[in-house]
Amino acid sequence: MSAQLLVEDLRVRFHTQQRVVEAVRGISFTVGREKVGIVGESGSGKSMTARAILRLSPPQARVSAKTLRFQGIDLLASSERQMLAVRGRRISMIMQDPKFALDPVMRVGDQIAEAIPGERRGSRAEDRERVLAMLDAVQIRNPARVFDLYPHEVSGGMGQRIMIAMMLMPEPSLLIADEPTSALDVTVRMRVLAILDELAAQRDLGLIFITHDLNLVATFCDRVLIMYAGRIVEECTARELAHAQHPYTRGLLASLPRLGDTRARLPVLRRDPEWISA
Amino acid sequence: MTALQGPDRTRPINAGLRDWLTADVTTSPWQARAQRVYLGWRRLSSNRLTMFGLAVLLVLVVVAALAPVIAPEGYDAQSLNGRLAAPSAAHWLGTDDLGRDVFARMVYGARVTLMIACLVAAIVAPIGLLVGTVAGYFGGWVDTLLMRINDVFLSFPSLILALGFVAALGPGIRNAIIAIALTAWPPIARLARAETLTFRNADYIAAVRIQGASALRIILRHVVPMCLPSVVVRITLNMAGIIITAAGLGFLGLGAQPPQPEWGSMLSAGRAHLSGAWWISAVPGIAILLTSLAFNLLGDGLRDVLDPRSDT
Amino acid sequence: MRLAGLKGVVRQAGSVAATLLGLLALTFFIGRMLPNDPVLAIVGDQADQSTYDMVRHQLGLDKPLYVQFFLYIRAMLSGDFGDALFTGHRVADDLMKVFPATVELATFAIIIGVGIGVPLGILAAVYRGSLIDHVARVVGLLGYSSPAFWLGLMGLILFYATLGWVGGPGRLDVAYMDSIDTHTGFMTIDALWEGDMEVFWNAVSHIILPASILGYGSMAYISRMTRSFMLEQMAQEYMVAARAKGLSGWAAIRRHAFRNILVQLVTVIALAYAFLLEGAVLTETVFAWPGFGHYLVAGLLAGDMNAVLACVLIVGIIFIALNLLTDLLYRLMDPRTR
Repeated sequence: MSAQLLVEDLRVRFHTQQRVVEAVRGISFTVGREKVGIVGESGSGKSMTARAILRLSPPQARVSAKTLRFQGIDLLASSERQMLAVRGRRISMIMQDPKFALDPVMRVGDQIAEAIPGERRGSRAEDRERVLAMLDAVQIRNPARVFDLYPHEVSGGMGQRIMIAMMLMPEPSLLIADEPTSALDVTVRMRVLAILDELAAQRDLGLIFITHDLNLVATFCDRVLIMYAGRIVEECTARELAHAQHPYTRGLLASLPRLGDTRARLPVLRRDPEWISA
Repeated sequence: MTALQGPDRTRPINAGLRDWLTADVTTSPWQARAQRVYLGWRRLSSNRLTMFGLAVLLVLVVVAALAPVIAPEGYDAQSLNGRLAAPSAAHWLGTDDLGRDVFARMVYGARVTLMIACLVAAIVAPIGLLVGTVAGYFGGWVDTLLMRINDVFLSFPSLILALGFVAALGPGIRNAIIAIALTAWPPIARLARAETLTFRNADYIAAVRIQGASALRIILRHVVPMCLPSVVVRITLNMAGIIITAAGLGFLGLGAQPPQPEWGSMLSAGRAHLSGAWWISAVPGIAILLTSLAFNLLGDGLRDVLDPRSDT
Repeated sequence: MRLAGLKGVVRQAGSVAATLLGLLALTFFIGRMLPNDPVLAIVGDQADQSTYDMVRHQLGLDKPLYVQFFLYIRAMLSGDFGDALFTGHRVADDLMKVFPATVELATFAIIIGVGIGVPLGILAAVYRGSLIDHVARVVGLLGYSSPAFWLGLMGLILFYATLGWVGGPGRLDVAYMDSIDTHTGFMTIDALWEGDMEVFWNAVSHIILPASILGYGSMAYISRMTRSFMLEQMAQEYMVAARAKGLSGWAAIRRHAFRNILVQLVTVIALAYAFLLEGAVLTETVFAWPGFGHYLVAGLLAGDMNAVLACVLIVGIIFIALNLLTDLLYRLMDPRTR
């Protein structure tokens, strides 16, 4: 499978008054038309990686890399104008909480329609039809009614599906999902993931799935990257996860509760300062 | 030196003040308090604009205090021959329509301005704190009543309400101060109440109450000190507007009465000579602007140090 | 849901009524209970006792205090503000005459304040920390710290006396006074109504300086609040999402961030408009502008308590009304609170 996204030695730094904080410390990976999971705890740099790829890092951040290429386009060297053609049309991103990631004073249908790239826009009625078709594709039952709703009027699961619809509207080749199910109930989670899975297969999308839930990536993704303190400490296929090498991954796996577990105590992950400098 | 060793008794005692103020571990509440003040001062002094504001205010205080030294001829020495003279070596800021030295009048006018600022602050802070903390602490009908009164006062822009009071009380600097104070206390009370509400149900308040402290003691010793930082910031910031309101009253002739010099009334007196001796009006205005600006800058800086919740 | 809304409205109406009562009580207190004898103001201190008693009876001051208060409320609510001694007319009539002048001034001022303040605030937020942010901050700071009446005087010296770019005090040159009929009381509108462009431009040249001075204060406040609101919105997640789906930075600001601050901005502008009443008092005095502020000061200097207190009361009522209005607007405009 050919790689769409090529990342080599990506670094994201923040210069504060006293010192330099490195949120992402030289990671390298590739993503093709497959589902790659990035797992890590808060502060491991996974969200920063996602933002860096789209060049949407916070203004104080400095992004550098040896290579940051998508479908041949050098993302790091691109101007903002060139990035406008990349965002949405080639790579887009769904975010964690639809309550905050959707504009609260605009109807959801209008927000989805906004994602239609300029050159593919039609009349208002045509755009509306396309949005309704998309809402149907994410299995929303009454698209016409939902179109006119405001974000605070929809449930979490529906909101997330609306966000998926919105981010798939410009027909990207790579979708980054930044903790898409973390804000959802467990029951709703599976449903949303199923929709995501189906759409990714249908449209032959690459998918970067960022989460802190190790169980989720084991079942959902093809490959898994484990991040810790800004570095990738482990990379393997989902199937090989149980045989992971790095002590951090092993510690994570060991601390997961399992049905039928006979252990009296769950081991607590012990952090080795070595992992930061390794 | 790790924490396992005892204090270093080999160093000379007089090198200790700086270390004492920056030590990681404090050994007495007195030291902790001193450290907080020191660190706060370091932060405040790193802000150049704030320091500028503070400097201006200090200059004002010094000038006002040393007025008899700086301008020994007093503010009332008339000289009808030398009226409306332009700034010169003899009269640094020229003379006004009665031949009085503008510079001397400005210097003595600084006294009036400072007096107004200090007195208003001295009246408004206790009243605002008391009303606000009592309302916030007791809640219920006390709160509703006090806040209703507060709202009524807040429904008027301060200048207009002050004018109303002055109309009833009559002109004069004492009445002007009372009028301004009456319009300046509501925002402070509202702020103190808001602060009180945030920690009224805190555990340490409950603990002190269980120990048998009376409401008065709780309010004075525990609630008020917590409200002080934001109240100090707000009074400093509001002082800028108070100075301008006071000058406005003076401009209308309702503040300090002649021959006492007051920047606002000096401004008004210069209106008749705008085309010729424009400095009579210009100079007091610049002084008012600088003073108000200084309070604004100082208040902004204090807010960053004492009350860093705001965004700008 | 409907019932809860109705209860809320009733509760708010009660709250407003209580504040209004407090307003009336305060003005009554200032007028009747403070050391100032309205009888003396009328009869002078040379009058004999019987004249004094007669006037006192006429003014109703010999009745018990609560009766006086009741009569006072009744009079105020029916618009009977008494007579203005210094003009000889009824206060209510005087107010009707002077208000349009102030409203015209305030409206021009707020247009200037919003027209400059909002774009400046947006630019200061978008280019945070840059030169324009600092310039906006300094300009705003000077706006808070300058006495408007002094700026007015300096403005007159520079732009009128020295440069001759604008008209002087008053609403029109003396030559044009009474040359057009009064339709709305707004000099500019009335001139356009009559098609008299000469008078129109003269009116504009007279209003531009005081409106700019007044507007400067509003501009400082509006730009600072706009910047603050914009910064808050720009840090929201939906802005990242908007850009992730392909919107340019400015499109996201225009279509999302700015629309999200509109509700708060309208509230701020309404408040700024109300504060213009305060600024107008001294500005009108400096520019001899025959408006509400000028009337208040004239009444005050003449010792006319009726006029002064009526003005104070009116301003209080306007403030309450504006607060109510902004509350209402907030409820209408924000889809989350419907």
